[in-house]
Amino acid sequence: MPDGALPVLDVRGLKTVFRTRSGEIHAVNSVSFMLRPGELLGVVGESGSGKSVTMMSLIGLLPSPPAEVRAGQVMLGGQDLLRISPRELQDVRGAKVGFVFQDPMTSLNPVFTVGSQIMEPLIRHMGLTKAQARDRAAELLALVGIPDAKARLKAYPHQFSGGMRQRVMIAIALACDPDVLIADEPTTALDVTIQAQILELVKDLRQKLGMAIIWITHDLGVIAGIADRVMVMYGGQVVEQGPVAQLFSDPRHPYTRALLKTIPSLTGERSGRLQVIEGQPPIMTAAPTACPFRARCAHAFDLCHVENPARRPLDARPVGEGHDVACHWSPEGA
Amino acid sequence: MFTYTLRRLLLAVPILLVISLVIFLLVDLAPGSPMSEIPLTVPPDVRQKMIEALGADQPVFVRYLLWLKQFFWIEPMTLFDHWFGTSIVEGQQRILSWQSRSPVFTIIGQRIPQTLTVVGTAYLVGILIALPIGIYSAYRQYSFFDQLGTLFAMIGFSVPTFFSGTLFIIIFAVWLGWLPTKYDTMLEVTDWSSFMQQVKQMALPVMTLGLANAATISRYMRSSMLDNMQMDYVRTARAKGMREKTVVLRHVLRNSLIPVVTVIALGIPSIFGGAIITENLFGVNGIGAALIGAIHANDLPMVQTLAFIFAVLIVLFNLIADILYGLLDPRIRYD
Ligand SMILES: Nc1ncnc2c1ncn2[C@@H]1O[C@H](COP(=O)(O)OP(=O)(O)OP(=O)(O)O)[C@@H](O)[C@H]1O
Ligand SMILES: [Mg+2]
Repeated sequence: MPDGALPVLDVRGLKTVFRTRSGEIHAVNSVSFMLRPGELLGVVGESGSGKSVTMMSLIGLLPSPPAEVRAGQVMLGGQDLLRISPRELQDVRGAKVGFVFQDPMTSLNPVFTVGSQIMEPLIRHMGLTKAQARDRAAELLALVGIPDAKARLKAYPHQFSGGMRQRVMIAIALACDPDVLIADEPTTALDVTIQAQILELVKDLRQKLGMAIIWITHDLGVIAGIADRVMVMYGGQVVEQGPVAQLFSDPRHPYTRALLKTIPSLTGERSGRLQVIEGQPPIMTAAPTACPFRARCAHAFDLCHVENPARRPLDARPVGEGHDVACHWSPEGA
Repeated sequence: MFTYTLRRLLLAVPILLVISLVIFLLVDLAPGSPMSEIPLTVPPDVRQKMIEALGADQPVFVRYLLWLKQFFWIEPMTLFDHWFGTSIVEGQQRILSWQSRSPVFTIIGQRIPQTLTVVGTAYLVGILIALPIGIYSAYRQYSFFDQLGTLFAMIGFSVPTFFSGTLFIIIFAVWLGWLPTKYDTMLEVTDWSSFMQQVKQMALPVMTLGLANAATISRYMRSSMLDNMQMDYVRTARAKGMREKTVVLRHVLRNSLIPVVTVIALGIPSIFGGAIITENLFGVNGIGAALIGAIHANDLPMVQTLAFIFAVLIVLFNLIADILYGLLDPRIRYD
């Protein structure tokens, strides 16, 4: 990871609100992060922490209404994606940013062939003819490890297994050679062996194609294996962020620490029962005025109940570039 | 698909035989005599002779078997003879209307064109209006246009054709004087002006029936579009950067049409059944009017034959709907 390189994607102060009948839900609150070229950023956090909403906000994929991106800046290739027109945004989606969703069983259109669904973005963004797009689609299918690619173009999604469909989704996302690939829990719906295969595939493609990747997952084990940096989200906020080795060896946020303790360890002796984090994640019905984790935090003190902690650097580098945490509390000896 | 179709067609034979028997027996239970229209001054022995000449005195199962033979052999072969100049069934008794004593199929042949032009056009117009309304209503759910579409559908659903038809006559024929009140069956289209005349006289019945058809189909289209708009694959299409037009009119529409096409296909037999009220209201001398006339006159062969043709069409279009479903949805395989 080239440390000093200019980021391909730079997100600042992103705020997304859902306006529902029972009031507003502040799903994303001032999220800032950046992605350097070729880097793999892991995003973790429990269900409902705002991972998907954050990533879909970036490229305008949330249905509006009810979603509303209230504030922020999303810089990609010199453009602020939150300021450009819907049509300009359509030119970015699928071309500069590829997206892979969680559920491969429903993410492909059942009535079109796999081939035509891969060809669509090629024709739309790269201006290829149908014949050129078909050749390229076959190459892409081969690239994601589907044997007999040329013949398989004519198959329909239901003729593919879940793992193969996810490979197709990856082929679609990578079709136009994007700068950024966003993978939203791409292996959660697959069984363990297929998960490992997809992971290997992405590692391999990253070597070959060199795009930057945002990988959303619940599985910290996966993050440890492939990510360069990790971003931990809680209650629609980034609570800790840093290079993977640093964050794993020296987690600072009580939530990150708790998360790390929930990973079962194969090596080393068993340190008692596997831990669970007690309590429920908050539903953010208003912009936070206190730490969202306070109710479940063992270290919470007065300040935590009245002030939402800002992210502060833990090393010499500015927030977002090195290791930072959004917490009032410091572990002893730190 | 071919073997599936063949199997379904073979299965249709016993189904239709049972249906024909039920229809025949039910209609035969109806009280009244084929001679009820004959003046009372006709002496009873003449009356008896007339009944015998019609074969109406035979036991019901004899008449049923004869009717079966006539329907499945003599009538098709008469058509064959007519087309190819052969004389395979020449002189054999065809199904006769008790009312007019001419072959039932000749009468149907005369009535079908009116019904198809008026009711068929209304169905087509209904579909052409309904699809865009349904699509756009769903795309802009709860918008002003959608509310308007809902109102339109509610009117089409709830206002009976005898009311809307009469209203249209009052507005467009009586007040504005733009369109004729009555449909002239004798009109022949030979040139531009007679064509325009035909269009004008079709306008009111087509509007009346088209409104009712469009109401139903637009609701189907709308709800099918709404169902599909929620689907994950739509988000995928958007994530690929496809234009909204492509997302809605290609990805969503193609999936949404599957159930709608089925509904449309299942509705086609009702065209042949005519629209009894509307045909009567505008004086369209079609199948609907023929059926009503036959029922009034106790013309059992006519009623039985029409009801059975209707049953055949329903069975046939059920099969067609299933086949269309299989063609439109690649996940469905018949074999
Ligand atoms: N359509 C919606 N309407 C209202 N609220 C929503 C909607 N979609 C998401 N939210 C809210 O946004 C919050 C964040 O959801 P999000 O899907 O980003 O979570 P996530 O971190 O991706 O969780 P998961 O791991 O389960 O995918 C949730 O708490 C949810 O209440
Ligand atoms: Mg999610």
